[in-house]
Amino acid sequence: MISFEQVSVRYADAPTDALRDVDLTIPAGELCLVVGRTGAGKSTLLGAASGHVPHFTGGRLSGRVTVGGRDTREHLPRDLADVVGVVGQSPLAGFVTDNVEDELAFAMESLGLSRPVMRRRVEETLDLLGLADLRGRALAQLSAGQQQRVAIGAALTSHPQVLVLDEPTSALDPGAAEDVLAALHRLVHDLGITVLLSEHRLERVVQYADTVLALPGGGAAPRYGVPGVVLADSPIAPPVVHLGRLAGWSPLPVSVRDARRQAGALRSTLSSRRLRRGEGVGAPTSPPRPPVPATAPVLRAERVTAGYRGAAPVLTDLGLTLAPGQVVALMGRNGAGKTTLLWTLQGSRKPVRGTVRVSGQQPGQLDPAQRRSQVALVPQEPSDLLYLDTVAEECAQADREASRPAGTIAALLAELSPGILGDTDPRDLSEGQRLCLVLAIQLAAEPAVLLLDEPTRGLDYLAKERLSAALRRLAGRGVAVLFATHDVEFVAGAAERVLVLAGGEFITDGPTAQVVLSSPTYAPQVAKILAPDAWLTVEDVARALRVSA
Amino acid sequence: MSPARHRELHPLAWWLWAVGLAVAASRTTNPLLLVLVIAVAAYVVAARRPVGAWAGGFRAYLILGLVVIGIRTVFHVVFGGGLGETVLFRLPQIGLPEWAAGVRFGGAVSAEGLLSALYDGLRLATLLICVGAAVTLADPRRLLRTLPGALYELGLIVVVAVSLAPQLVEAALRVRRARALRGTAQRGLRAVRSIAMPVLAMALDRAVALAAAMDARGYGRTGDVPAAARRLTSGLLLVGLLGISLGAYGLLDTSVPGVVGLPSLLVGVLGAVAGLALGSRRAIRTRYRAEHMDPRSAAVAASGLAAAVCLVVTSLTDLAVAFPSTYPVAVPQLALLPVMGLVSALIPAIAAPAPIPTAAVATRREPVGAASR
Repeated sequence: MISFEQVSVRYADAPTDALRDVDLTIPAGELCLVVGRTGAGKSTLLGAASGHVPHFTGGRLSGRVTVGGRDTREHLPRDLADVVGVVGQSPLAGFVTDNVEDELAFAMESLGLSRPVMRRRVEETLDLLGLADLRGRALAQLSAGQQQRVAIGAALTSHPQVLVLDEPTSALDPGAAEDVLAALHRLVHDLGITVLLSEHRLERVVQYADTVLALPGGGAAPRYGVPGVVLADSPIAPPVVHLGRLAGWSPLPVSVRDARRQAGALRSTLSSRRLRRGEGVGAPTSPPRPPVPATAPVLRAERVTAGYRGAAPVLTDLGLTLAPGQVVALMGRNGAGKTTLLWTLQGSRKPVRGTVRVSGQQPGQLDPAQRRSQVALVPQEPSDLLYLDTVAEECAQADREASRPAGTIAALLAELSPGILGDTDPRDLSEGQRLCLVLAIQLAAEPAVLLLDEPTRGLDYLAKERLSAALRRLAGRGVAVLFATHDVEFVAGAAERVLVLAGGEFITDGPTAQVVLSSPTYAPQVAKILAPDAWLTVEDVARALRVSA
Repeated sequence: MSPARHRELHPLAWWLWAVGLAVAASRTTNPLLLVLVIAVAAYVVAARRPVGAWAGGFRAYLILGLVVIGIRTVFHVVFGGGLGETVLFRLPQIGLPEWAAGVRFGGAVSAEGLLSALYDGLRLATLLICVGAAVTLADPRRLLRTLPGALYELGLIVVVAVSLAPQLVEAALRVRRARALRGTAQRGLRAVRSIAMPVLAMALDRAVALAAAMDARGYGRTGDVPAAARRLTSGLLLVGLLGISLGAYGLLDTSVPGVVGLPSLLVGVLGAVAGLALGSRRAIRTRYRAEHMDPRSAAVAASGLAAAVCLVVTSLTDLAVAFPSTYPVAVPQLALLPVMGLVSALIPAIAAPAPIPTAAVATRREPVGAASR
């Protein structure tokens, strides 16, 4: 259905190829997952399949890409619209109309279909994706998961044979992501659509994939095959694969269900060794994280109510304390009020009622410079903080802003993310590098509390590991860290305490192991595989095996 | 078709109503009548504003109106108007060189001149507010569907560009808040640069992303048309444009003989219509939803036109009411005809279908840009 023949892509002014020698054929009806590190060429590959590359991006494509028998050299993306449907990372950015029905019809209107056909297909699509109740609604008022399903529907109404999706669930909470993926799964099964999908959080999607295309980047040849084989020695792999490798399972499982069937031996090994060490079965076995010092809390929020004028309050009567050196995760659905809470704690947003105190002072009453020496916030779009032309200039500017000796921030940045050249344009950094730059800038004033809003979006596994280590180091120096996220695997590895926000209140507040193990939505893969025993991450298991071996 | 949809007016109805009000406003400088126009527009907007992305904009137009009045007045005071006996105050006058004769800078400011500037500013503000009412009441995107096929793509670009403006404001606010996180209170040019840079970069990224999404969904596909037909279409449209410009100029400028005006306007309109009809054959686009001009829509449009007609008649027959004298200053007067006309423009507040209640729509407002991705 999609065939790449010796395809290489090089963008203008780029020193190396973004893709090199891709040579493969994806048969009809297959769900193919594209994996690789940031910058490995995933988006380029997906773009090449829809004609977006090079017609839209520029650059030079050598070789031949055909989709449904049409050569993308001779067909513009608009001429491929009836063969390929495209869904991007951010559905709102691609919406042309303003309500659900019109958005579904847009592609058909462009293709010049007759009105009865359009009416029928809109109805079919509404049913297929469970959108019938939302048909007349304004797109801006849908939740993120609903928006993404509308975007998929809008790509489907032209009855394409191929669907190309670039990180369709990256902005979604676990529940909404499940909805979107279930819809996709159904399309593959019911309509026989060929799907090309990229995603960083493999734990969410790899069980749905028929094949995996791994792009190692750096000019190495891509690998293509069934998930268990391709992921066996890939550095980019979900926790279930890492656990499978650790336990030596064969064939390597890629889904929690397959892994659980093979996990009996591992489970009994782990529990027998724990028994030998005098621990009870099923007791929380989180790694020996430093115990929380029994000091006074650094942040204390009391009876905080916050919201927007003319609407019901987003947060009601919240109480929260953070101890120095604590790493806390804040979870909850899209729109649950996580961002509002972070900005309220930071002091920029005034609560309707209640007080927030950091080291005894109310950040809302300080001026911005004093405030940031108490609380630092890394917002959802870190790039909002950057405006200079090079990394070095940003660092020097941040030194001046925080009245630190020259070079402080640059040193901090080198510690967080080594190897960034000073003369790079911040816009050319990868997501992870940009996050580290903003983190370094925000840490310059040595705040007592660090807040991060969805720091893991767009980060690959290795970048997430580095972030997790950086947060732990900060906590070791006594900084209290609170981050909002949808990434359950990241929470399992990085946080010691989890807060779950719903309906304006904390419905859960407790140690990570206790919170995530009690909820199927928030449980990491390792916990699901080794249930009922309490294990959170592959590292926990590896450490236990090493210690007792 | 969903019930909610059935109840909506033809988008052109709102625009005709607003254009009627704007024409009415343009035919008077009477502040009482102008304030009445604004009141009518504001009342109808308040009563029939739809829930959605465009709904919050009317306030911005009101503020913009105030700004326009302010600018007009300041200009008058500075470059001013000396005419009139009642001198309110004097600014130091700066002598300008010989070649700038006719331009004054500073000097006496009279009550008469100031009043006439205020009237003028108010009229301009009223026009703007009429446009604002139309934009708020009828989503410009829906207006698109009533365009002929040949103009559709051009229209879509305009609409997308217009809808970028509120997004830019939102992005600017977000970046400003984020910037405060760095603790510096930048002022002046540096602050503008530091906020404008990321906002513009973001706007460009969004525009490119949207263009890519539209392209991927077949936007801009054209049917097969022989080159000769394409050239003929372009030619006809060009003739149409020239004819309409020339004709409008001839009709408005009294120094041009009347023979130039009407005939060239007619030729222009014919050329444009023929060109559009031919061009629309090339566009293969179809419409999912037909917009119908139902009785309610007609009533809304007619009420706006009635206001326009009443004020045009007033401006021709009753100069004292339409253009109250400012030299000497006279108290503005009202008359039955224009007031009746403007009051009739309130009809949409009853005739138009009520907006869908807010409670039916989930209130999802994400803070600080969360929804903008």
